[in-house]
Amino acid sequence: MLSRDGKRILRGVNLEVGDQEIHSIIGANGAGKSTLAYTLMGLQGYEHEEGSLIFDGEDIAKLSITERARKGITLAWQEPARFEGLKVRDYLAIGAKGNGDITEEELKDALKKVDLKPEKYLDREVGEALSGGERKRIELASIITMRPKLAILDEPDSGIDVVSLKEIVALIQALKENGSSVLVITHREEIAAASDKASLMCEGAILRSGDPLEISEFFKNRCIPCDSRVSPPKAALQ
Amino acid sequence: MTQITISTLSSEIEDMDAAYSAAGGDAAILHKHELASLVISGSKVLNANGTEGIVLETQETEHGVDVKMIIKKGYKIPLPVHLCFGLIPEDGLQEIKMNFVAEEDSAVELIAHCTFPNAMKVIHRMDAQMVIGKNASLKYTETHFHGPHGGIEVIPKANIKIEEGGSYYTNFSLVSGRVGYLEFDYTVEAKKDAVCELVTKVYGKKDDKIKILEKVSLNGENARSVIKSRLAITDDAVSEFRGITEGRAPRARGHVDCMEVIQGNAKAEAIPIVRVDNPLAKVTHEAAIGCVDKKEVETLMARGLEEDDAIDIIVKGMLA
Ligand SMILES: Nc1ncnc2c1ncn2[C@@H]1O[C@H](COP(=O)(O)OP(=O)(O)O)[C@@H](O)[C@H]1O
Ligand SMILES: [Mg+2]
Repeated sequence: MLSRDGKRILRGVNLEVGDQEIHSIIGANGAGKSTLAYTLMGLQGYEHEEGSLIFDGEDIAKLSITERARKGITLAWQEPARFEGLKVRDYLAIGAKGNGDITEEELKDALKKVDLKPEKYLDREVGEALSGGERKRIELASIITMRPKLAILDEPDSGIDVVSLKEIVALIQALKENGSSVLVITHREEIAAASDKASLMCEGAILRSGDPLEISEFFKNRCIPCDSRVSPPKAALQ
Repeated sequence: MTQITISTLSSEIEDMDAAYSAAGGDAAILHKHELASLVISGSKVLNANGTEGIVLETQETEHGVDVKMIIKKGYKIPLPVHLCFGLIPEDGLQEIKMNFVAEEDSAVELIAHCTFPNAMKVIHRMDAQMVIGKNASLKYTETHFHGPHGGIEVIPKANIKIEEGGSYYTNFSLVSGRVGYLEFDYTVEAKKDAVCELVTKVYGKKDDKIKILEKVSLNGENARSVIKSRLAITDDAVSEFRGITEGRAPRARGHVDCMEVIQGNAKAEAIPIVRVDNPLAKVTHEAAIGCVDKKEVETLMARGLEEDDAIDIIVKGMLA
């Protein structure tokens, strides 16, 4: 599906995400989870090489990022970008554009959902002055205002304190209730547990999909660490 | 209290008002008598209105105006003073000589708009001598508008002396329309406990040429400065930035920060120069030239923007 320097980074990805489904992707560091997210979003350098990528019945493999976004796909980066000089309110409004003009109430609600005080943040810049955690929350708030059909969240829990894990779970559920499907890359059992379905990723392949608790239990207890093994991925499943 | 109002042909005033608005100013402000203001069109003074605590003298010369402005000792001017310099015709030369003194313990904010909306063959020179007295403060924001043709040379030169405990903040911005040729040359000498911040923001397009030279000498103990430059250039524009900071006294602190974004065939050069001859002084610098950050562009695209609109928002943010 996607190769780099002759090496395939994604190889056997067979993944289905249902309507308003929360789907976790679990896997070790380097398994290819972010690469999968970038390929779905169509980022530069992550073009789809073979196979199909069907969204709402349409092959989107050749579409640009913008076109995919306008069909309702969006991505929250594991490490969000900084935008010097761009105010939080303007950033949140950009994603919302597809739904008409955003109201002040909607802006405030989105920030409250990620546990940021609107009066403190709306007029600040999404730049250097914010901590990594704050930017991460704002990134998630921008997904809320966009109301996508498919939200791809790359480790929304990393870089945010454990206390707010509950809030992330609540947020993912709120996205679902507002009509989004959520593909969430995570290391946290709590998030997996709140999912409808989970998939285990290993060396660029989805090894199995199914019940989230079962998948996360398998990952924790029966998956041989990638670095202690030389044989192909299927060997990991003995 | 000095109150000078010189009236001329009203159509010229109207033209300047329009030009002032084009540069982002609110023209109504220029006609309020309770606000100090100065309006110069070509070599004509259209309006010079000082208020209490401000001495404002003007002298028309062959190609411009000599201006003397003094903020009297102890006066903290409550409202900003508005300045407007410009030239309406397509061609011409304007030379402004500015002699500015903020006396001890005074404070003032100057908001300047320099506007050349029709420039095809215009030269504008500004030669400023500024003294910020002991514990005085000057905040100076200067917004330029050079019109859409790029037929202009703008050469602002300033020499600024900041006395003990004084502070000087300046923000030069030229981000809409063309630049033409810009040669910006500011030199600052800062005494003990003086504070200085020089910010320049310029957006160059087509065959615009931008030269920025800023030099700060931290001559007094504990003097502090920041030189911050944000440049975006595209098409065939070129830019050259030199930010020099000298730390010459104990606990002097300086920083030079230049960030440039280039697109198309644009070429940029940035040279931060740091000189320190006092072991207790510290001067740091950073300079980055590159294309627009890919992750920023892709993030905005993933929110539904076209690539060009995403780049536009990012560059405007940087120059805001
Ligand atoms: N741009 C790239 N160029 C070359 N190799 C890459 C690139 N991006 C990722 N990889 C490699 O692809 C594999 C998967 O990386 P990644 O998708 O980031 O994993 P994960 O998100 O699961 O930790 C890793 O071996 C990584 O080194
Ligand atoms: Mg990753």
